[in-house]
Amino acid sequence: MNNQASQQRLNRRYRFEKLFKASAIAALTLAASFLIFFFYTMISQGFSALSQTEILVEVHYNEASQKSYKKAVDKSYRKIVSRGWLRTLPLYMEDHPEIVGTSKMQWVTATGDVDQYMKGKPNRLKSKYKKQIDQLQSEGKVKLAFNVNFFTNGDSKMPELAGIKSALVGSILVLLVTMFVALPIGVMTAVYLEEFAPDNRITQVIEVNINNLAAIPSILFGLLGLAIFINFFGVPRSSAIAGGLTLALMTLPIVIITTRAALRAVPHTIREAAYGLGASRWQTVWHHVLPLAFPGILTGSIIGLAQAMGETAPLLIVGMMAYIPDTPTGFTEAATVLPAQIFTWAGESIRAYEERTAAAILVLLSILLSMNSFAVWLRKRFEVRW
Amino acid sequence: MSKSKINISNLKLWYGEDEALHGIDLDIADKKITSFIGPSGCGKSTLLRCMNRMNDHIPSCRIEGEILLDGEDIYAPAIDVVQLRTHVGMVFQKPNPFPKSIYENVAYAPRIHGLARKGDDMDELVETSLKKASLWNEVKEKLHQPGTALSGGQQQRLCIARTIAVKPEVILMDEPCSALDPIASAKIEELMDELKNEFTIIIVTHSMQQAARVSDNTAFFYMGNLIEFGKTGALFTQPQQKQTEDYITGRFG
Repeated sequence: MNNQASQQRLNRRYRFEKLFKASAIAALTLAASFLIFFFYTMISQGFSALSQTEILVEVHYNEASQKSYKKAVDKSYRKIVSRGWLRTLPLYMEDHPEIVGTSKMQWVTATGDVDQYMKGKPNRLKSKYKKQIDQLQSEGKVKLAFNVNFFTNGDSKMPELAGIKSALVGSILVLLVTMFVALPIGVMTAVYLEEFAPDNRITQVIEVNINNLAAIPSILFGLLGLAIFINFFGVPRSSAIAGGLTLALMTLPIVIITTRAALRAVPHTIREAAYGLGASRWQTVWHHVLPLAFPGILTGSIIGLAQAMGETAPLLIVGMMAYIPDTPTGFTEAATVLPAQIFTWAGESIRAYEERTAAAILVLLSILLSMNSFAVWLRKRFEVRW
Repeated sequence: MSKSKINISNLKLWYGEDEALHGIDLDIADKKITSFIGPSGCGKSTLLRCMNRMNDHIPSCRIEGEILLDGEDIYAPAIDVVQLRTHVGMVFQKPNPFPKSIYENVAYAPRIHGLARKGDDMDELVETSLKKASLWNEVKEKLHQPGTALSGGQQQRLCIARTIAVKPEVILMDEPCSALDPIASAKIEELMDELKNEFTIIIVTHSMQQAARVSDNTAFFYMGNLIEFGKTGALFTQPQQKQTEDYITGRFG
């Protein structure tokens, strides 16, 4: 019982177990620290994008500024006040004729460089404007306010006006198309393959192909979408419908595979019970198997959709990596999506885009995280125990 | 022997290349309990499943010979499987209530077959079915609680109630007590004794004592052959075949 050989063997076993446990914990710690580091960078970089510098300026609403918007502010302010904001004035005066001929002090969006200078970030502001800003600041005429533009504007070539709204709406439209195409087709395909199809060569070939499709690089789906939807069916390029259909192609195998797994997890005894009572195949599936598989199908589908939402490569091919300042209002209008917007901003040379990139990543991440937690919640909520 | 309900003649069955049944001839008596005994893999469950065509769902399964229910071939092309199963109900080895309420479990099959209208009609059918399965008194207060929350024995009786609700003529029971404790098994046996006034019951069992207690006739199977068939009393006391004797005395199996 307690001889030396068995004691040695036992020690070796415990040593191995300890080693295994330690390496597992090390791997976990490493993964967690990467995650924390990632979140820390994103939040510390992106957080500042939530505020935007504004300057208190006297704005002149008159005929001169209606003709040349620059004249709305005094010459000394022209380089520090956002040109993009000034450009909106003539139109504003057209809509509000009663304001013409007045001037008033108001908080006005500053340029990106002023904003970066205020936030203590690298900028290309000339030293004379820096002095001006310091002066204004001591008079209390400069402040950091909540960056409303970031959530109410589309993309812009002026970072102080650039926002994620059009990309966000684009993402939602694309996702709607993907959902309404991929879910019904995917679930019905899986039900057919799992519950009805005979087990023969053809279904085996289909099965292998579906599994292969799930592993294909997503950019190839973009080429497929370009060839089929845009070139053959003439779907407008860059539109939410083109992107959504392309992503649906990509999501389809995932939906099929997860649905089949969920169907297979339904115990066979339930099917037998229904058959034994004289339920037809369809009734068995519809009344008993699908309701039990539902939480699993839902979870898989949401995770598939979340993946589609974060996808960029196939959308590149169907022209969704585009400059979209105006929020799309329909499925056929040119649109872009959040990940594409992030990619575009990440490539901008103007430094003020850097924090906006990080902020957009935070928005995308929080959407994905809430989708995934929704999936987990649904599974917990509808899970049937027996 | 009394009038027969099911006539099986020269039934052969293959799973792919393996012949699982080698030509079975058997007459099942009406309103009696017939038990199938034999070692594992002898084909008794397979034969039972032929009688409501559950084997249809196994793609590699092939059948020859005929099974007549009241003189009608159940494998004839004109026979609808769904219809057949309303005449021949089945209770499985593991209690398998649907993960729904007790009421829903019983009401499901009558609803899909249009046997009772929603409301009082259905309430009545559910009540009589549960009463016949001697479960009513235990569950009448909690009809809308999940059937899966019942004990194993109660679940099995719920499955029997569910089968009875379709008003079948034959009830097939595939080792209905193998997952139950002796007390729950005794209740099921008692129940079977009451049910045989109304239904023809065929039970597959691994317990020879159970076969001896409940059944009128017993069939002994071995390696896909029907070795011996006769009155239960006679088969257990004076088996005609050596193999039967060896099995029931516990020399093999």
